[in-house]
Amino acid sequence: MAEVQQAPALHGVMAEFADGTELVRAAKAAYADGYRQMDAYTAAPIHGLAEALGHDDRRVQKMTFTGGVLGFLGGFSLCYWTSVIDYPLNIGGRPLNSWVAFSIPTYETTILLAALATAGGMLALNGLPMHYHPVFNVEAFRKTASSTGFFLCIESTDPRFDVARTRAFLEGLHPKAINEVNA
Amino acid sequence: MLDHAKEEVPGARYLAPGHNFGSISDKIAGIITGRTPFSWFIGFLIGFSVLQLLLVSITYLLFKGTGIWGLNNPVGWGFAIINFVWWIGIGHAGTLISAILMLFRQHWRTSINRAAEAMTVFAVACAAIFPIFHTGRPWLAAYWLLPYPNTMALWPNFRSPLIWDVFAVSTYATVSIVFWYVGLIPDLATMRDRAKSPIAQRLYGLFALGWRGSALHWQRYETASLMLAGLSTPLVLSVHTVVSFDFAVSVIPGWHATIFPPYFVAGAIYAGFAMVLTLMIPMRAIYGLHDFITERHIDNMAKVTLATGLIVFYGYCMEAFFGWYSANQFEQFMITNRMNGPYAGYYWALIFCNGVVPQLLWSKKIRTSVLPLFGVCMAVNVGMWLERFVIVVTSLHRDYLPSSWGMYYPTVWDWSTFIGTMGLFLTLFYLFIRVLPMISIFEVRTLTPAAHAKGDGHHG
Repeated sequence: MAEVQQAPALHGVMAEFADGTELVRAAKAAYADGYRQMDAYTAAPIHGLAEALGHDDRRVQKMTFTGGVLGFLGGFSLCYWTSVIDYPLNIGGRPLNSWVAFSIPTYETTILLAALATAGGMLALNGLPMHYHPVFNVEAFRKTASSTGFFLCIESTDPRFDVARTRAFLEGLHPKAINEVNA
Repeated sequence: MLDHAKEEVPGARYLAPGHNFGSISDKIAGIITGRTPFSWFIGFLIGFSVLQLLLVSITYLLFKGTGIWGLNNPVGWGFAIINFVWWIGIGHAGTLISAILMLFRQHWRTSINRAAEAMTVFAVACAAIFPIFHTGRPWLAAYWLLPYPNTMALWPNFRSPLIWDVFAVSTYATVSIVFWYVGLIPDLATMRDRAKSPIAQRLYGLFALGWRGSALHWQRYETASLMLAGLSTPLVLSVHTVVSFDFAVSVIPGWHATIFPPYFVAGAIYAGFAMVLTLMIPMRAIYGLHDFITERHIDNMAKVTLATGLIVFYGYCMEAFFGWYSANQFEQFMITNRMNGPYAGYYWALIFCNGVVPQLLWSKKIRTSVLPLFGVCMAVNVGMWLERFVIVVTSLHRDYLPSSWGMYYPTVWDWSTFIGTMGLFLTLFYLFIRVLPMISIFEVRTLTPAAHAKGDGHHG
């Protein structure tokens, strides 16, 4: 057989650490070494970890605000358009534009759209739902990432990435284990 | 709290010592992957049997109409509104625990918020049944309640408190489900990785949406949780405020009172915490969750019950005071009729359940011994139902014209529908504890040292 065995494409190199303190320390070291395309994986939020990796995403808040503004405008427009324009009806002599009464449905739609935008925006920014991701190719990750594992993965898209060199760098951080992640 | 600053891990005192990420996951997920206790089957069977009562009652209602209920003139609002307000109020504690206590960074919420939020969602589902079937023809309720372009070109009246209520309750139900589901995603990932059967793996995997615990995802996730908490807080306060507007915006003596919104909100939280305790005390005993739901949790919940109970009792005193001080003969008559009229027994039972019994909670001994506390909570559950009965019925049955006075007697179908919704609630709750982690696994993990990077200054 003259078939050329091609090495599988690599997503990155993943190191496993003992706890949150070790992981944050490793993330800071990798950032200081110039790595940018990397991610850490834990079973609970670790404060300071995303910042150590150089991530600071504030788009969720903006989505909440946008959703709220749309909900406010949409809710009030609904009340106004139905009660003043489309079907004006004199109810107990109240003004057609009874904005005080309309403020309550408007209040609720503001919260509704802000909440939906927050949850939907968070999922969309995270790229979820996602049916496949290479990190799950690592057996230790599959088994422990959602319970006891603390992982740091430096990805092959990083300009400084080189399998041997990155591996050696991660070994210098005293991890529990190192795995190559197939794409 | 004074000992707060000394703690290395914030909130660690709300978790029994010696736990780590693995032991927490094993214990809570193990409830689902392990053997189902016999008592679960008994409880589920009871709930499911009582649920059948609801189905029969609703089927009969659809055949015959709301005439099978005890509603009449002048009491046009009976069990339907009483039970609606009772259930929706119970739901409020779940949102209070998950949202308001989150904003105040109360770490004791972490082990009780999941079950309390589930309680909220199921209580709102039970509550919704009453107004929907009270319309008599719920298949037409769509255009009465929701603004959609229908062939008659009609729109709901946005000046009506009943439409405000539709918007408030449906927003509340939606946001509660979204908040609950978002909170479940990381735990569903844990279940996906632990489930044994391929079907369970696929189902948990489907709903976990491919969650992998990325640091960047967690950052956005935590922001989203905080935003949702910030939105749920004004929402939950608005829901019972709007429910109280159903009464307060009318001109019926005893209803037309400015004290109604705060008094209803406090009553809702009070009823809700009593119900959380009613559910948690047996749940903790059956599943051995003493490490996660500690004596401090029980004590704190009992304290909230006492504090809100005092606000509610203040509300009762003020109602009586307003009746006298208003110098309005209808208001004065309403309060004397409430205390001495045909429904006086309900009123004094209410004062006993909500005014007298909760005073036992001043004693730390009672707050931390589960049986007496359970008894107090049952009294509160009954008391809060009586409160709504008294408010609805005593105000309606004798208002302005003595010629149109009447009496209200609930029928067997009123009772069977009400008891039936308890069956629905129990069935849903038993299914919940069987298939979903009843305690938020990832949030309890944050109470362990492994989740906190030392020497980082980022605690919180």
